[in-house]
Amino acid sequence: MEIFSLLIEGFTIAFEPLNLGLVIFGCALGLFIGAMPGLGSVNGVAILLPMTFLVPPTSAIIFLGAIYYGAMYGGAISSIMLGIPGASTAVATTFDGRPMALKGLADQALVTAATASFIGGTISIILFTLFAPPLAKVALAFGAAEEFALMMLAFATFIGLGGDDIPKTLFSIFIGLVLSAVGLDIISGQPRLIFGDITGFMHGINFLVLAIGIYGIGEMLWTIETSKGEMTVSQANVTFRRIVDGFRTLRRTFKATMIGSFLGYFVGILPAAGATPGSLMAYGVAKTVSREPETFGKGNPEGVAAPESANNAASTGSMLPMLTLGIPGSPTTAILLGGMVIWGLEPGPMLFVEHRDFVWGLIASLYVANAFALLINIAFIPAFIWVLRLPFTILAPLIFILCIVGGYGPTQDMHDVWLMLGFGVVGYLLRKLDYPMAPAVLAIVLGPLAEISMRQSLLQSGGNVFVFFERPISGTIMVIAIILFLLPLIKLVRGMLGRKATG
Amino acid sequence: MMSSTHFRSATAIALGVVLGVFGGLANADWAPKKPIELVVMAGKGGGADKLARFMQSIVEKNDLSSKPILPVNKPGGSGAEALVYVKQKQGDDHTLLVTLNSFYTTPLRQPALGIEIMSFAPIARMAEDTFLLWVNVDSGINNVDDFVKAAKSAGNKWIMAGTGKGQEDQLLTSFLNSAYGLDMKYVPFKGGGRVAKELAGNHANSTVNNPSEQLGFYEAGNTRALASFTPERLPLFKDAPTFKELGKDFVYFMQRSVVGAPGMSPEAEAYYRKVFKAIYDSAEWQDYMKKKSLQGDFLTGDGLKEYWGREYKIHQKMLKDIGEI
Repeated sequence: MEIFSLLIEGFTIAFEPLNLGLVIFGCALGLFIGAMPGLGSVNGVAILLPMTFLVPPTSAIIFLGAIYYGAMYGGAISSIMLGIPGASTAVATTFDGRPMALKGLADQALVTAATASFIGGTISIILFTLFAPPLAKVALAFGAAEEFALMMLAFATFIGLGGDDIPKTLFSIFIGLVLSAVGLDIISGQPRLIFGDITGFMHGINFLVLAIGIYGIGEMLWTIETSKGEMTVSQANVTFRRIVDGFRTLRRTFKATMIGSFLGYFVGILPAAGATPGSLMAYGVAKTVSREPETFGKGNPEGVAAPESANNAASTGSMLPMLTLGIPGSPTTAILLGGMVIWGLEPGPMLFVEHRDFVWGLIASLYVANAFALLINIAFIPAFIWVLRLPFTILAPLIFILCIVGGYGPTQDMHDVWLMLGFGVVGYLLRKLDYPMAPAVLAIVLGPLAEISMRQSLLQSGGNVFVFFERPISGTIMVIAIILFLLPLIKLVRGMLGRKATG
Repeated sequence: MMSSTHFRSATAIALGVVLGVFGGLANADWAPKKPIELVVMAGKGGGADKLARFMQSIVEKNDLSSKPILPVNKPGGSGAEALVYVKQKQGDDHTLLVTLNSFYTTPLRQPALGIEIMSFAPIARMAEDTFLLWVNVDSGINNVDDFVKAAKSAGNKWIMAGTGKGQEDQLLTSFLNSAYGLDMKYVPFKGGGRVAKELAGNHANSTVNNPSEQLGFYEAGNTRALASFTPERLPLFKDAPTFKELGKDFVYFMQRSVVGAPGMSPEAEAYYRKVFKAIYDSAEWQDYMKKKSLQGDFLTGDGLKEYWGREYKIHQKMLKDIGEI
């Protein structure tokens, strides 16, 4: 029961007028930061960090936490409305959110995204409240081998992602893997695939550059081609009734939301991963277990609910290793960790003992932030829908500008803008040839994590491949991954046998 | 070339003296006209990045600069991307770079980059970070003798986790290997925090982290400091002897310095020296140095260049010894 008294103590801190004001302001600001391509939670938190010395540390972390949270909600908005991922964490939301908007179901997609975010956020905060210390031990038990196994699991769930065309999916994954190899190899310290000495390749290919190119530019080219330059206005309505109807789909997306919430939280607490891999993995798993996997990528609300619940859950999850171990679970928490240095707090195992008000004030404020982010988001849906009613001749240049900004933002390098435009053209061509692009995006996110963890574990084991199977956690995950890998193959064989029998 | 830089730094020092005398009055000579770019040769959230943002916050809090200082991350190629970027900003008065020891090692390992470290404007050495040898408390290792015994019997199964390749942690590992006849295996991870976690989770046997990276686990009683690579014992870790005391005459630091773009005007150089001296003298910085066990006086101008010259040679020798160059 000690937890509850601590939590109540936390709530009294979170409801102090200054802190409550900061939560609301932070949520609104985060929503905007998340929705703006090129400005993700990482940039938002980094830019605002030096301003936080004006308030006490607890208020500062509450404010930054609210921004982080709001950005998770906001990222979905531009993913759904414009097809440009507003933030890296919302890339998976474009897969189904955009098709829903094109079908005139933008309001429903937004409501699904907001409620899934809320549920994912709430579940993860409850898990955080109840099980922070034991989960910190889980994070600690995860070594390089376990990380690699988890990445394999993610790839396995994605094999079925590109529809039934497995060779094309594999091709897409390999393209993503090759792109992810560009840049500095941290094990050998050598630059790879930098094409002579192009310095822009040294920091690797930021996967947002790929995602914005494919989904922003590629999508725009596609729309221009299919509409033959005619002035088109997407059908988008919004009424109170329709929003309420949107809540009714919750039953349909319940399973996907649960998967996203728990998986997202779990991936979030692991160092090195974070909300982006979490949301992609949740999408893959939700598709694998869905009753209608073939509608994924064509506007299935489950495909919005899974990544959106996962990215919120993961953002809470990634605060766990930050607070208990002093290791960032995501790029944004890495900045928050820097903030704690500025505020004079020592993250790590002693924080829960020595700075209770800080920790519990933050946890309680996350509950509050979650509720406000939902309210603000729902309230603004009519305004978002209005954007969709703009004629395409106005919308297209707008999307183009946002893509450029989004490509430049993360690295502030023109090199990446050219690269993004190139990916846009290639993405458009591949789409014409019916190649699924989501697996490429997954591969560029998870590729580097998988590669590094594999090489680290092999170095540790002296080249023994069985290291992935000998350790209990990684062994279990590997076996599940292998079964999932083989599943489409089994289906294929069964299908062939079935045909023979009937033929 | 050399004489002109000498001349430039001489003027800068003279100017610095004048600035010191006339204070704010002389300051009117030069002031930044736009936000100052503080390039960080590491990703967001890394050690150098944290420090850059910490300095930024001190500047903001105490209103030390008329224009804001904005950290920009260029993490590629162990600092190669950042060094090349700043080098290309030749003559720019609004570009600074936060450097580590990759300031020496990266140009040494990649001569093709054409980086001449002495061409950068020597603004300030803000601190020297210290290194210690750490093990997990569970290992039952209490001192360097135990460590050597255990690592010897484990042979190449003994895992030393560190950050980066051909950089600080690996140089220290190879020193330990040759000084004690060990065959430890070096496994690189991304970031000192991650390295600390590998040790705390028993995935690695030892690390040579900076105190700031290992402190959380140390205070929780999870990891133990065996010895330090400093000339004298560190106040925070009084029980850990120095390697010097143990008969190995070896001392190693990591610089935390700020440099300006090559060819920066002497007026701008003088301005930034004043800003960073003020940061160094601030209560926040001094407190941080004490808490994180950082050492080193404020160095600037010729003093800083002399220091670079010494460290450059030391790193050249160390890299040659491990066959990296």
